[in-house]
Amino acid sequence: MSGVRRWTMIEHDRAGAVFLALIAAVAIAAPVLNQLVPASSPFHLSTYSLTLIGKYMCYAMLALAVDLIWGYAGILSLGHAAFFALGGYAMGMYLMRQIGPRGVYGDPILPDFMVFLNWQKLPWFWTGFNHFWFALVAIAAVPAALALVFGWFAFRSRVTGVYFSIMTQALSYALMLAFFRNDMGFGGNNGFTDFKDILGFDLHADRTRVVLVVVTAAALAASYLACRVIVSSRAGRLFRAIRDAESRARFLGYRVESYKLWVFVVSAVLAGIAGALYVPQVGIINPSEFAPINSIEAVIWVAVGGRGTLFGAAMGAVLVNYAKTYFTGALPELWLYALGALFVLVTLFLPHGLAGLGRRRRRAVQAGAAVPAIWVLGSHVGVSLGNKLK
Amino acid sequence: MLGELGEASFVEKEAIVERLSARGDPSIRPLLSALLEDRLIVRQSDQRVFIVKSADDSLASLELIDPVSLAGAGSASRDDLTRIGTNNRLRKRLRALVARFDLSNPDAAVRLAAVQEILRSLDAESLELLRSRSAVEPNAGVKAEIEIGMGLASLDSGDSRARLAAIAALTRTLSPQVRNRLAALVEPTADGGFAEPDELVRQAAARAVRAIDRWRAFYGVVETLFFGLSVGSVLVLVAVGLAITFGVMGVINMAHGELMMLGAYTTYVMQLAMPNHIGVSILLAVPAAFLVAGATGVILERTIIRFLYGRPLETLLATFGVSLVLQQLVRSLFSANNRSVETPAWMSGTLQMNGALSITVNRLCIIAFTLVVFAILLIVLKRTRLGLDIRAVSQNRAMAQAMGIRTGWVDAMTFGLGSGIAGIAGVALSQFTNVGPNLGQSYIIDSFMVVVFGGVGNLWGTLVGGLSMGVVHQLLEPYAGAVLAKILVLVALIVFIQRWPRGLFPQTGRAAESQT
Amino acid sequence: MIRPPHLPSPDKILTLEDLTVSFDGFKALDGLTLSVDRGELRCIIGPNGAGKTTMMDVVTGKTRPDHGSAWFAQDVDLLALSEPEIAQAGIGRKFQKPTVFESLTVFENLELAIWGDKSFWKDLVARLTRAQRQHIDDILDVIGLTSERAALAGALAHGQKQWLEIGMLLMQEPELLLVDEPVAGMTPQETARTVELLLSLAAEHSLIVVEHDMDFVRSIARRVTVLHEGRVLADGNMDQVQNDPRVVEVYLGA
Repeated sequence: MSGVRRWTMIEHDRAGAVFLALIAAVAIAAPVLNQLVPASSPFHLSTYSLTLIGKYMCYAMLALAVDLIWGYAGILSLGHAAFFALGGYAMGMYLMRQIGPRGVYGDPILPDFMVFLNWQKLPWFWTGFNHFWFALVAIAAVPAALALVFGWFAFRSRVTGVYFSIMTQALSYALMLAFFRNDMGFGGNNGFTDFKDILGFDLHADRTRVVLVVVTAAALAASYLACRVIVSSRAGRLFRAIRDAESRARFLGYRVESYKLWVFVVSAVLAGIAGALYVPQVGIINPSEFAPINSIEAVIWVAVGGRGTLFGAAMGAVLVNYAKTYFTGALPELWLYALGALFVLVTLFLPHGLAGLGRRRRRAVQAGAAVPAIWVLGSHVGVSLGNKLK
Repeated sequence: MLGELGEASFVEKEAIVERLSARGDPSIRPLLSALLEDRLIVRQSDQRVFIVKSADDSLASLELIDPVSLAGAGSASRDDLTRIGTNNRLRKRLRALVARFDLSNPDAAVRLAAVQEILRSLDAESLELLRSRSAVEPNAGVKAEIEIGMGLASLDSGDSRARLAAIAALTRTLSPQVRNRLAALVEPTADGGFAEPDELVRQAAARAVRAIDRWRAFYGVVETLFFGLSVGSVLVLVAVGLAITFGVMGVINMAHGELMMLGAYTTYVMQLAMPNHIGVSILLAVPAAFLVAGATGVILERTIIRFLYGRPLETLLATFGVSLVLQQLVRSLFSANNRSVETPAWMSGTLQMNGALSITVNRLCIIAFTLVVFAILLIVLKRTRLGLDIRAVSQNRAMAQAMGIRTGWVDAMTFGLGSGIAGIAGVALSQFTNVGPNLGQSYIIDSFMVVVFGGVGNLWGTLVGGLSMGVVHQLLEPYAGAVLAKILVLVALIVFIQRWPRGLFPQTGRAAESQT
Repeated sequence: MIRPPHLPSPDKILTLEDLTVSFDGFKALDGLTLSVDRGELRCIIGPNGAGKTTMMDVVTGKTRPDHGSAWFAQDVDLLALSEPEIAQAGIGRKFQKPTVFESLTVFENLELAIWGDKSFWKDLVARLTRAQRQHIDDILDVIGLTSERAALAGALAHGQKQWLEIGMLLMQEPELLLVDEPVAGMTPQETARTVELLLSLAAEHSLIVVEHDMDFVRSIARRVTVLHEGRVLADGNMDQVQNDPRVVEVYLGA
């Protein structure tokens, strides 16, 4: 155990630097390959790929949020997608207000779905969402408030371990049921869609998308740094201590509940921001974002990448979602089998995730992954080149 | 006379039909009901009247039946036949006439329907018919219906004493029809008076209405309780398997819902295999589902869960993966659509206890079934060797091992038992919910809630917890709607856990604290 | 605050009166009454199940008794405080199994045990002051782990873990130390080292030591209390207790 742990603790900084460099590379390459490289070139980054990259980075942020509380504080939340979704809905509400009179029904104030339901005026909780700064505040405040209330109740009565996990799952399930209702004022089962622009910039334009990707990359980097600060601080050491021996920490005078609560809140805010960046890029938010399976998938990203390593969690998110995109495109029938098998195999054979593999095995896995990656990339470039040359 | 029906006008048809029925010959009845159902025709070629077997217009050729002898009379092409038409008034009269014949039908249910039909259009003649029938009617239910009918008729009588007597008799019945009729008596009329002129009678009617309302309210509560218990019974069935695996082994089985789904699909398959013996198929489905789900559980335990002991969070994730695989497996084998499972005849229908309380048989069966399963489970755990081993292992694994109990085998059997019960729960679920690959997902959260509420590892806790949650949910539903009721129950549970984090009947002591 | 039947006298550091704790019908403590003087080094012995650990659980707030009272110094009602509050009030406990934080270094373990107000936001930005560093170094010296300061606590030998735990206890500058089976599993050299350590601590702290190892008890004990079935069976110095017929019958055997 100590050998592996030692490695992950020391290599952290180096891995973190590599991770940040990767993010920077993406932040530079994306605008260049999309805006400057002509569409005819095989190196051009299509709108579709841009959206995909943006999505993956949002998921990576969500993974960071989950790893912060699970990998470091030992709190397994099976409902983090709820915070993601709440942030997403907050951004969605702003975007819906921005549509204004350009909606199908042409009402300058009421979104289409409200006109459809014959509502006469905007519900009180929609006020303020026509201002971007208000939406920004809500994106952070709403998940934080929910996490604060729920966490205060849960941690205070020492609900831990699987009980806590089940409760978070129940919470996200309850929210999903609530948001599915048409009379809640959140678009019911259709949610929000048909966005037009953000801050005046057309959401369908590539230029806006590029900016969003860069902003997401920046947010991802900032989240990573925030998490690093937390886990490297004394509070971070305390969380490792709590994982090792919680009652001992309590005896030392630490109000363990309060620490758990605050890190839970911070994690919820990170997830909310991730959701808020996700929505303008994919163009839709609906209540199925609250579904328990989304939260559990986020957990598996962290498990695959390596919990307690931050960068591992982010890479796990990208890896698994890339696999998902591939499978659901090429072999949709098999995706759920693959995902299910992933859960089982990772828990049985990779308890520390990919990042936790010993040096030799890691090299082997990297080599094993590099071959098909190179093949895929090469064939893609080759095919596009071939098409261009014809 | 029959021949005239073809050409007669509606008024004439009515008169003909009256004359026919006045004869009292029971063979007239099929004729009347044929006319009612648009199955009486005239054959153009010889202007003879026949009954056709089927009223289906799309058939080219129709089979004929002789209206008098009721024997087969060959067939004719549709073009050769003209239907003898009816209008509303005629049909109404026909229904009443048919009902009169049905008053002496050997089947009590038919008689009951006949009485109700007659009451809809009561006249002096049919009233007399009812009275004479009441004297000889053997079936209590039919007789009660007749009494009600006659009582209602008496309310129109000129004699106020008769009306009072009628009210007194009617108070005992609880049907809404009677209540409204009585309430109408005390309704004020436009000119300031009351529908019922006599003061005494009005008072009696008002009292009767209040009494009926009280009883109806009471039975309403009973019915809600009954519904709640049946909903709760499902929760208990669904949760008790989980309580065993969680309580005894500390294993959170996220595939529990899918094991139930397997049980439900087993029921479906049994029905496919025995399409003509639905009633038997359900009875056989119970042990079959137990075996299928139980075997799956044992396989799961031996191949995956065994390696994850002491790591409840990892078990949670691994079993979640299994649940995905099982769902997809079922989707591939059976398609993603829901399958319909029939309810056998002996489980269908309603027991009408009185005018205000009706109990559906299938819900009653579910409650009884749950109690039986629970009792068997208790016996297994308390009185069999396996149960003793299970309890020993759950309380102190190391000691049990030291005493020679093969804990690995016990674990597999425990998990198999819990899974098997999940399968049985699936059989029950198949009776009143859609059977599809997502069946498990709809119930898994509920099962967890019940286990958490009732206290981990405690069967009685699961029973009490499940039943009470069902009742509470049912009480909330009329006010809040199904979805909101569910949300409220979840929130209430979260709050409940604050005060009692270990549930209603917690395990105490150090062994329990070291778990999770 | 509930007033005890009589005020605890000022020179007592711990007063337990009529404590009763039952688990599912089993009485772990049955009307336990004892008191410890300020600056004393008391040894508590007794057979397994006598209630020694449960008694400590009650004092530190891990378990609430069904009835009885527990007072710290003169005026601190232990039953009214939470675990962290009791820790901050000046009671430190060393567990039977050494529970140090295995994935942190020795130094980090001690750092976490620093006395003072603790909150999440403060700890996000906290840095060690020179005085605090010095304090940690001093403690490292007392427990003899100066050369292991950068080692992972999980990699320490069993005896070293015990000392580290005592060190963590000392960081909190407790008035009263509860030490549960400090030498269990130790080699004779480690045991001797521990005796030295505890005796040196006894100068400035009050100590309650629970142990089974009779040689160890003899080497440090001044006053010994014997527990049996949740109650005090005998009390006195080592000789008195060893020769008490009740104790002989129940515990010490032949």
